[in-house]
Amino acid sequence: MTTVTTTPTERAYEPVIGLEIHVQLRTQTKMFCGCALSFGDEPNTHTCPVCLGHPGTLPVPNAEAIHFALMIGLALECELAPRSIFHRKNYFYPDLPKGYQISQFDVPLSRSGRLGDVRVHRVHLEEDAAKLVHAGASGRIHGAEASVVDFNRGGTPLVEIVTEPDLSSPEQAGEWLRLLRATLKRLGVSDVNMDEGSLRCDANVSIRPAGTATLGTKTELKNMNSFRFLERGIAAEVTRQEQILRGGGEVEQETLHFDPQTGALSSLRSKEESHDYRYFPEPDLVPLAPTQAMLDRARAALPELPAARAERLERELGLPTDTARLLAFRSELGDFYESALGADGATDPATLASWVTVELVARLGDVDPVESPVSPEALAELVRLVSARSVSGSAAKEVLDAMAAGGGRPEAIVAERGLGLAGAGELEAIVDRAIEANPDAVEKVRAGTGKAMGAIVGAIMRETKGRADGGEVQRMVRERLGLG
Amino acid sequence: MSELLDLSTAQAAQSVRAGDLSPAELLSAYREQAEADELGAFLWLPEEPLGVMGTAADAPLAGVPLAVKDIFCVEGVPTTAASRILEGYRPPYTATAVERLAAAGAPMLGKTNMDEFAMGSSNENSAYEPVRNPWSPDRVPGGSSGGSAAAVAGGLAPWSIGTDTGGSIRQPASLCGLVGLKPTYGAVSRYGMIAFASSLDQCGPITRDVTDAALLLRHLVAGGRDPCDSTSVDFPQEIELPSSEDLGGLRVGVVPELSDAATIDAGVKTVFDATLERIEELGGGVEQISLPHSEHGLSAYYVLAPAEASANLSRYDGVRFGLRSGDGDLLSLYERTRADGFGDEVKRRIMLGTYALSSGYYEAYYGRAQRVRTKIAEDFRAAFERVDLVVTPTSPSVAFRLGERTADPMAMYMSDYCTVPMSLAGLPAISIPAGLSEGLPVGFQITGPAFSENRLLAAAHALEQAIGFDSSPARGKAGAPAR
Ligand SMILES: [Zn+2]
Repeated sequence: MTTVTTTPTERAYEPVIGLEIHVQLRTQTKMFCGCALSFGDEPNTHTCPVCLGHPGTLPVPNAEAIHFALMIGLALECELAPRSIFHRKNYFYPDLPKGYQISQFDVPLSRSGRLGDVRVHRVHLEEDAAKLVHAGASGRIHGAEASVVDFNRGGTPLVEIVTEPDLSSPEQAGEWLRLLRATLKRLGVSDVNMDEGSLRCDANVSIRPAGTATLGTKTELKNMNSFRFLERGIAAEVTRQEQILRGGGEVEQETLHFDPQTGALSSLRSKEESHDYRYFPEPDLVPLAPTQAMLDRARAALPELPAARAERLERELGLPTDTARLLAFRSELGDFYESALGADGATDPATLASWVTVELVARLGDVDPVESPVSPEALAELVRLVSARSVSGSAAKEVLDAMAAGGGRPEAIVAERGLGLAGAGELEAIVDRAIEANPDAVEKVRAGTGKAMGAIVGAIMRETKGRADGGEVQRMVRERLGLG
Repeated sequence: MSELLDLSTAQAAQSVRAGDLSPAELLSAYREQAEADELGAFLWLPEEPLGVMGTAADAPLAGVPLAVKDIFCVEGVPTTAASRILEGYRPPYTATAVERLAAAGAPMLGKTNMDEFAMGSSNENSAYEPVRNPWSPDRVPGGSSGGSAAAVAGGLAPWSIGTDTGGSIRQPASLCGLVGLKPTYGAVSRYGMIAFASSLDQCGPITRDVTDAALLLRHLVAGGRDPCDSTSVDFPQEIELPSSEDLGGLRVGVVPELSDAATIDAGVKTVFDATLERIEELGGGVEQISLPHSEHGLSAYYVLAPAEASANLSRYDGVRFGLRSGDGDLLSLYERTRADGFGDEVKRRIMLGTYALSSGYYEAYYGRAQRVRTKIAEDFRAAFERVDLVVTPTSPSVAFRLGERTADPMAMYMSDYCTVPMSLAGLPAISIPAGLSEGLPVGFQITGPAFSENRLLAAAHALEQAIGFDSSPARGKAGAPAR
């Protein structure tokens, strides 16, 4: 970085980013009534007097949602409140049947946690709003010809996770959100699907002169429903704020809507018209005081979490950091890997990891390997064949193609397709033919031009259709030419 | 026929059980009275009498029909809380209290009039019509459960249920010469009871005598904690039918802050003092105690109850049920629906409550009122270390004239002066008729610790026997109880 100057036009800024994440819990029923959770079902088929806010109805907290929220609080190393309070957050909107959302305010379920290198400010429980669908070109309520409400989503249990402003780049924000997503997925408490809205992320963004500790005016970015949009949205906002400050202006506190189509940010509401939510304790609910049994149950339900798993894979198996993280963040890959490793203790962990994270992922994409025709035992066997030099690397890839398409054991596929390494006698004859056929190259190799070896080896590999090991072939050629 | 209507419900139930009277006969006798209602007590009667539960004769409540305040949701039955905003609304479900009493053999006779959303002390805030006091038709029956009280006092119903937030069962019972019981907060499920102020609302009986009140309460709490109401609890004992005839050994506390307040009318005070003498005659000891914060109860109440109400009434937005006004635009939908649908008193309280919760005012109003509430609860706790029961007048005055206080909300709010502290503390309280002043009934309020309903009912029963109040307005006026 260049020298920091004092003129606003050239000053270097650094972003200060905090995230607010809403996670729909994967419970059987809604937060405060007995309606089943659903996604994509016929509108208004999962409703009852309670979640429609009929007069006289009362909320009854969902024990499973509380269990999941406690698991999240523990997984994020939070302090759990011995007694947390539900509040009413009041505002009028058609997607809010009671005219208030039951949420938590000054005494949340848990606070002061950490995930990776980011501090977690708080984690609390609340209910989701219903879904508004606006007819008309704008797709938003302003300018819509009509709006309809689907109450299926209304009352879905939500956990809100708020971080401290510990992130300093869009990429870091994206990376941390991936870790959080992997963690929640591993806990099994949510589908964490950003497309479907079961994981939603808002970002609080401000910038400050690089190296200072002051906090600038922050804006809130909404609607970034993918990792890519999150990073793009934050980057766009950082640029916008830099331009304002460089131009001598002041950043205004406001809520911004990110348009994924255009990448543009538009103002939703500014501070002057911000809501007064008139929070007060929800008199229809008693304080949430987890019993020791509830805490024990939540603790017992915690699996090994991605951050810990990545660290273990790196430390105990010597995997490269990126490989270890990939296996840990995509826990289905990690599970497949560890199961393959267990199937054949002799396999080199790093080689096997590379086969899983590179070759297998290339063939399966996002499909969970458990649901593919490739079994962990079969992949372990294939890797063992390669290590034992019974099959060449490139032939092994062909075997994996066949396994990914139709299953089967590697040894059977190798035999069936004649993909085993060429035998010594067969290979010697081929080597002799190649030397005869390439006198120029032979001359150059003898003269010490190493590159010329490629032509000879290439010819041999072509003839064996890859069933030979490149290193072994080279060794044989040199031996033949008396260069051994 | 009139003999049948004179039967107490306990007597009627006994006749039904003995086979001398059929539940259908009983129902049709009351239905005839209710149809001829000139008091404005009923807002709705079924077109056809509702079926009397199949085997009502052996059901515990023997088919004795029940008048239900129109604040209770009943599936498919118009339920308005006496508000225009719920005109035409038919709930898709039934309130737990109504369901439990029906299951025990008390079918619903009809829905009774009330102050809109239970906000009022005279029943003049009904969006439909005011209710008249059977003791004097140009006077109010009290509120907000005015219709339930008038129906029972006027002989249109054998018994009824109402709701009490700051006195809405006890004050109309007092003004109509009836027994009204507000149970301990949490004793009776609030599920299906349209909310006014959730942390205060309780359902309870309004009846001709203490035994009937005990009988209804028994079946309201008998099912135990309602899983649909997180704030409901298991009642620790069964409710006993009271038989006590004396108050031997009972320590009764009198609260000068409430009973000697300037707001208590002289006639009411006279009856109150006479009742204290009766307590002593019955073997009870009367001593003075102090509830130092109780005089601030009304102020705290008129912050807390409107605050909760402002949120509870947000759901009436024209989107899903009830009245819908406006020109199709969202803001106009909200504004017109609520402007057209709510009456003045409801609007006043929504504004009061919204203000009290607003950012910058929350601590000064809601926060401070909550602290007063805590102080009042502590006062009672301290008092109950010295005495078994606390007694006060129920209402500062007898029934006032229709229109007398409508122009002065503060005067109207004073009606709750003696009943609000118990509501804030969540305590059970019963009002029994103790005599007449100006020819109109005067109520006497007895309060005990949480879940002391059996103690309250026993004491109320002993006093009731000694006082011998006649709950029939016609006879009661003719001969005031002898002293
Ligand atoms: Zn529901």
